[in-house]
Amino acid sequence: MPGTETKHKVRDVTVRMLRGGSGPPLLFLHGANGLPVWLPVFELLSRNFEVYVPEHPGFGTSDNPPWMRNIGDLAMYYLDFIDGLGAHPVHLVGQSLGGWAAAEVAVRNCMRLKSLSLLAPAGIRIKGMPAADNFIWDAEESVRNLYHDQKIPDQMLSMQPTDEQADIMLTNRFAATKFGWEPRWYNPSLERWLHRIAVPTLIVWGKDDKLFPSAYAARWGERIPDSRVEIVAECGHVPAVEKPEITAREISRLYAGTR
Amino acid sequence: MQFTFFHLMPYRPLDMAERHKHRAAWVVLPNALYDPKKGADEYESYIDQLVYAEKLGFDVIAVNEHHQTAYGMMPAPNLIASNLIARTSKAKIAIIGRALPLVNNPVNIAEEFAMLDNLSRGRIITGFVRGIGNEYHATGINPFWSHERYQEAHDLIVQAWTKPGPFSYEGEHFNFRYVNLWPRPYQSPHPEIWIPSMGSSETVKWAAAPERKYPFLVTFSSRELVTRYLNVYRDQAKQYGYEALPSQIGFASPVYVADTDERARKEAKEGVETLFNDFLAVPFQMLLPPGYMSLPSMKNTMKMRKALGAQKRLSFEELADNGTVIVGSPQTVRDQLSKLRDATGAGKLITMLQFGTLSDELTKRNMEMFASEVMPHLKK
Repeated sequence: MPGTETKHKVRDVTVRMLRGGSGPPLLFLHGANGLPVWLPVFELLSRNFEVYVPEHPGFGTSDNPPWMRNIGDLAMYYLDFIDGLGAHPVHLVGQSLGGWAAAEVAVRNCMRLKSLSLLAPAGIRIKGMPAADNFIWDAEESVRNLYHDQKIPDQMLSMQPTDEQADIMLTNRFAATKFGWEPRWYNPSLERWLHRIAVPTLIVWGKDDKLFPSAYAARWGERIPDSRVEIVAECGHVPAVEKPEITAREISRLYAGTR
Repeated sequence: MQFTFFHLMPYRPLDMAERHKHRAAWVVLPNALYDPKKGADEYESYIDQLVYAEKLGFDVIAVNEHHQTAYGMMPAPNLIASNLIARTSKAKIAIIGRALPLVNNPVNIAEEFAMLDNLSRGRIITGFVRGIGNEYHATGINPFWSHERYQEAHDLIVQAWTKPGPFSYEGEHFNFRYVNLWPRPYQSPHPEIWIPSMGSSETVKWAAAPERKYPFLVTFSSRELVTRYLNVYRDQAKQYGYEALPSQIGFASPVYVADTDERARKEAKEGVETLFNDFLAVPFQMLLPPGYMSLPSMKNTMKMRKALGAQKRLSFEELADNGTVIVGSPQTVRDQLSKLRDATGAGKLITMLQFGTLSDELTKRNMEMFASEVMPHLKK
């Protein structure tokens, strides 16, 4: 069943949100390209979870509060957001930029979390192992370099965005730049606090990630105490899109272990 | 009119075939392509040209700042300005400009300009810019904050020049417990500030404000756009309740003069085409990183770009026909410039008489022709 699009308000900020399924709450934080459509991975997850996919403040048509200036603000916003979801602890999932935000949430406060799934998260930097420069990629490279299977970008690039979609894409690029340009896609302090993550954690990484090398997965695994690393073969930067079955299966397995 | 001889200092020996194996002559162009011996010769020629411009009667000689590029070899233009101070005596020396958002301590910019102003006994003109988008790739500074950083850095520098120190500055991006400039600027209250711009409406509004009245210079734009933007500035001044002076209005163009139109066009062609296509041209995502322009301006630009279709090489003919470059016999150049002056009320002309790969020999002849055959007619 497709998710429904709603508006969600936390304090003074209203955002767009996709929502579907039933079960314990699962909060999915999207990556730098913004709120996706209701993806197959959400459909799969919605069999076990009530899935919430908010559009971050500053992205797309969500509110853009002037105080939202860095990743720390985004993390604090999501702590408020989670408090507003009710008493049930939340399974937190984040892709890339969203994974970074999720980790920033978890190092601040895990009390309301049940599990954490990080899908090719931004957020740390390993010296000598640079991420690619996605800001210098042209429009086509920006799509192609995110996937292993080029049939996905072939299909994406064959579609001409409407004016409205083009505006949203541009807004998303602005928001992503705010969070990720400098320091490039990381917070120098985050890595040293990852030990504070006190919930079962899954780290999923596409083996063929051209943006953040999959070797980053091991470092995340070392730093987070109760964690497991899953490297996905024939997969680029976006496991949730390229390998939805594996992604949903691993998240559900993590969930099963918490029961 | 006030005449400025402006130099970009391009690296002319660039291997163009190699250059086009890369995205741009900026940031990612391997610096193995830079030969220091040839580069040193370039500096020498270009500084000689700037010094010679004073002899020829130019009011102002000018340089500017660009980073990690063959387009312009002046990541630190104040070093060139310092050299020019020692070698000239009358001409004003303009640094148009320094890219304010790119630094983490704008007080350094205030200090350096104040030093130059003292060394030259008040011959310095400054320019405040945000840099080309490429510069945010080169320096790592987040373009999302470009406008905010510019505003803060501007306020901080002007205060450093004018407000008795020590004082504190409290901003979002810049915070200093002590701002206390030694030396203070030579000119009172401070050196002139010029604003070179591609014509963004936000910049026009800000520069024309009565508390600033900063000279506004439209750069590298067609006759139509120069006219439009400069009139926007004049209209904006009227809305503020005053009439903009000619000295507040100017434009910057490559100019080439030879004895006949035909000869001028033939000699200028390669220099013009290399300037725009080989040195300047960069992919869109480098030129306009997110935040460099405001979101509404960027949305309009994207729509215009979509309508224009794929970018192609600009030909000399179209650049000359639309007036982005002004090329021809003395009569032709006089006519074009005086028309543009009359249509805009401009009192400042920023000439670029060396551009792209234009040789020393042709540059010298161009400078002499311009100074003897064009300048006197427009000075009147």
